[in-house]
Amino acid sequence: MAIDSDVLVVGGGLAAITAAAAAAREGADVRLVSHKSSTLRQASGLIDALGYVPATEPAQPLREGPPTAGRELDPDDWPDPEGPLADPFEAIDRLPESHPYRTVGADALGDGLSLFDELTGEMYRGGHTDRNALVPTFGGSVKPTARYPAAAEAGIASDDRPTLIVGFRSLTDYDARAFAGRLEAAGVPFDVAGAEVEFAEAFRADTKITRLAKALDHDEEIDGVPAREALAKAVAPHLHDVVDEAGGVDRVERVGFPAFLGDQHGEAVREELADRLGADVFEIPMGPPSLPGLRLEDRLYDALDEAGVRFETGNPVVGIETQSDGAIETVSVDRKGRETPYGADAFVLATGGLVGKGLDSDREGVTEPAFGLHVEQPADRYEWFVDDAFGDQPYARFGVRIDEEGRALDEAGAPAYENVFAAGGVVGGADVAREKSASGVSLATGVVAGRRAAKEASQ
Amino acid sequence: MTRHTDDDGGAERAADRAGHDQAATDGGVESATGGSDSAELDPDAYDPVDVFPGGDLDLREGADSCYKCTSCDTSCPVAEVDEEFPGPKFQGPEQWRLKRKEDHDIDESITSCSNCMRCDDACPSSVPLSQMHNEARGQYVEEQMEKLSVEYLRNRVLANYRTSARLASVFPRTASFVMNFGPVRWGMEKALGIPKERDFPEFATETFREWWKARGGAQVQNPDKRVAYFHGCYSNFNTPEVGKAMVRVYEHFGYEVMVPPQKCSGTPMFANGMLKDARRHAETNVESLVAAIGEGADVIASCTSCSLSLRQEYPELFDIHGIEDVSEHTYEALEYLRIHEDLDGELAESELADEQSFAYHAPCHARNQGLSRQAVETFRDVDGVTMEDVGDSCSGISGTYGWKEEKYEKSMKIGAEMFEHMEEADGDVGMTECPTCAMQMEHGTGYEIKHPLQLLEDAVGA
Repeated sequence: MAIDSDVLVVGGGLAAITAAAAAAREGADVRLVSHKSSTLRQASGLIDALGYVPATEPAQPLREGPPTAGRELDPDDWPDPEGPLADPFEAIDRLPESHPYRTVGADALGDGLSLFDELTGEMYRGGHTDRNALVPTFGGSVKPTARYPAAAEAGIASDDRPTLIVGFRSLTDYDARAFAGRLEAAGVPFDVAGAEVEFAEAFRADTKITRLAKALDHDEEIDGVPAREALAKAVAPHLHDVVDEAGGVDRVERVGFPAFLGDQHGEAVREELADRLGADVFEIPMGPPSLPGLRLEDRLYDALDEAGVRFETGNPVVGIETQSDGAIETVSVDRKGRETPYGADAFVLATGGLVGKGLDSDREGVTEPAFGLHVEQPADRYEWFVDDAFGDQPYARFGVRIDEEGRALDEAGAPAYENVFAAGGVVGGADVAREKSASGVSLATGVVAGRRAAKEASQ
Repeated sequence: MTRHTDDDGGAERAADRAGHDQAATDGGVESATGGSDSAELDPDAYDPVDVFPGGDLDLREGADSCYKCTSCDTSCPVAEVDEEFPGPKFQGPEQWRLKRKEDHDIDESITSCSNCMRCDDACPSSVPLSQMHNEARGQYVEEQMEKLSVEYLRNRVLANYRTSARLASVFPRTASFVMNFGPVRWGMEKALGIPKERDFPEFATETFREWWKARGGAQVQNPDKRVAYFHGCYSNFNTPEVGKAMVRVYEHFGYEVMVPPQKCSGTPMFANGMLKDARRHAETNVESLVAAIGEGADVIASCTSCSLSLRQEYPELFDIHGIEDVSEHTYEALEYLRIHEDLDGELAESELADEQSFAYHAPCHARNQGLSRQAVETFRDVDGVTMEDVGDSCSGISGTYGWKEEKYEKSMKIGAEMFEHMEEADGDVGMTECPTCAMQMEHGTGYEIKHPLQLLEDAVGA
């Protein structure tokens, strides 16, 4: 006997959650199956839509034929990407025709963002406008992003209030002074200084960020002083560190911390610090391990629970079990060695891209391992990539192709199955790293796939 | 770990050729994937699964798969409360690499790992983290831990809970009294490091197996639907009502229940690095479960740590004839019914006499089997039942972990979030599949704790 639902979503990230929530809103009985814990915990927590339009043609083609790597030919000369974009929507028409945004349309992006706003509520900002916000990120760059956590709000780069960036010697991958310097070099419209303070010194150098967050959550005593007070005291001597162009000393009006200000009780932690410092407090999104990502994961899964979606992690979908008349009936879930059939009227594949392991590759080719869907790619492996590491890498756009309803397509461009939809990183056509579009592609394709899958299931 | 001398010593030959005296369990020095210092490859030297005793566990591929995303560290409940604990990424792939060098001891912090195995579920690259931890812990205990120390003795006693429980169940009332008698507990804390704050579980006056024998064994005969019940130690000695519920529910669905001879699943032994003890028990379990499988049975456990051990740790750690069969035929009790019976249909008809609200906690070991939501899903639409998930935090007890004086405070700190969420939930009865999570839930909130099988027994009127 198969474990049945109307719609089965395979995957656990943003696209899968969006598809599951969208399908549930259409009245479908939805189950989500994810091999591992959601990879949202590796994400910055910023929700980008489209930050740049990278060039897809060299400015000056220096040679004939397809782009290749490692053949010691002269490199092409590539123009800089267009951006940062103020409005992600109006730029969609300038993306390549095979881009998922072009396929599902700008409205799908808008719908995806609206659904995200509803699922996250007060936790996120940016829903008041279609325009991008500029949020400083942990590398010291400023990222155009459509939505950002409330915890990052006071750090918006278009704000001109003087800013202090706080770091800790024990957080070795985060250097506050270098960070402040890079922000200045990027031409932000505010005065900024970086300071390293003593707080986390009470903990050993490789203390996990979750430990620091827990200490602040529970306001644990650190050397006899409650953690939040200890942190504020450590920062206080630096509130006048910012020097403006004329040499005048400004009292800072906002203070940025690496994103570890609490997990369950982040808002209370930020409020208390702001109160003690007399300045707004914000978090700077970090690379993994990422608390903003963990918090978003928790929030979105709570929303799925509230919507009655069934979900489970721990076991992978390993293949199609039965099909008839061009539709999949059941897929196999590997439950620790025993394959168990999971049946549904419609399936959404949202297993991620090459990093998320929704796509697999070896010397022979790039494949989609769960359903065996077609992945478009040049036959010659040397045409998968180009020499310029930051160039228009063909492999970045590898993935499953979809139609405007989100159906996965076969080699000939026809629906591979009537009832299989794809969303997120597994979908090809976007170069999300260069475009800053990963979240938006997941939301846009997720909302389309989820809705259409629900419709398919109701027929 | 002592060197094995009972086979042809292929691994040793390779080690000798390379001029090193490597520990035989040293995680695949002569691995087939190229971990050898030797330039020549000798196919006879590779036996990657035969680990204990002797063999050679090939963890090279697992270590290489780690791209240091730290997802495991963010999932670790110990690192969250203890800044001294370096986390699963260190304990797994990094320590494994360090061990490539000679004379590198296992870091003592491996004993702070609670073996909750959440890192397995978190790793997007399927690095076998818990397997690496088990192997490192086994090596630490075998080679570096003082065998006459109180800590070793205490851990050995805790790991071999079945032995104590068997003795206690001979005089259950006396044992329950003595084990919780103040002066005795004071002495246990002082002498053994067992925290006096904890209440020892009561021993049942009639064990599950005694009950089974008294009722004349199986009441349903059905060669087409057979299950072998792995009750584990706790359902046998402490909560036979869980075992009885399993039998009644399965018989209600027409299954012939078998109760084969069995010993400890090994979970507490893995967690304490007592791998030889675990192997000894595994040999008995595999032998009798393979026999049951031969008679057409699937293996059913009501404890999620037992089912995880049989499914995952057994084939990862031991090479015993038939162990893969046992792994592939093992299920958790509710999981099996959800796959093989129309449970939703049956429950749609049922209604409980009294309204009941439960605060459900998913054990970490259920998580790895994809079972963390099954109780909530199964019961939330049943008339008269309110089932609330108290969140994805760890209960903090992790079997024997919270039973150690030096870990007690940590254990309660980890559990704090669960206690908080339990208090917030509507229900004042707790529910979980894991017996030690149940202890912790009761200890932290004073709630009565039930197993999903007990509710299922009520709901289907079995």
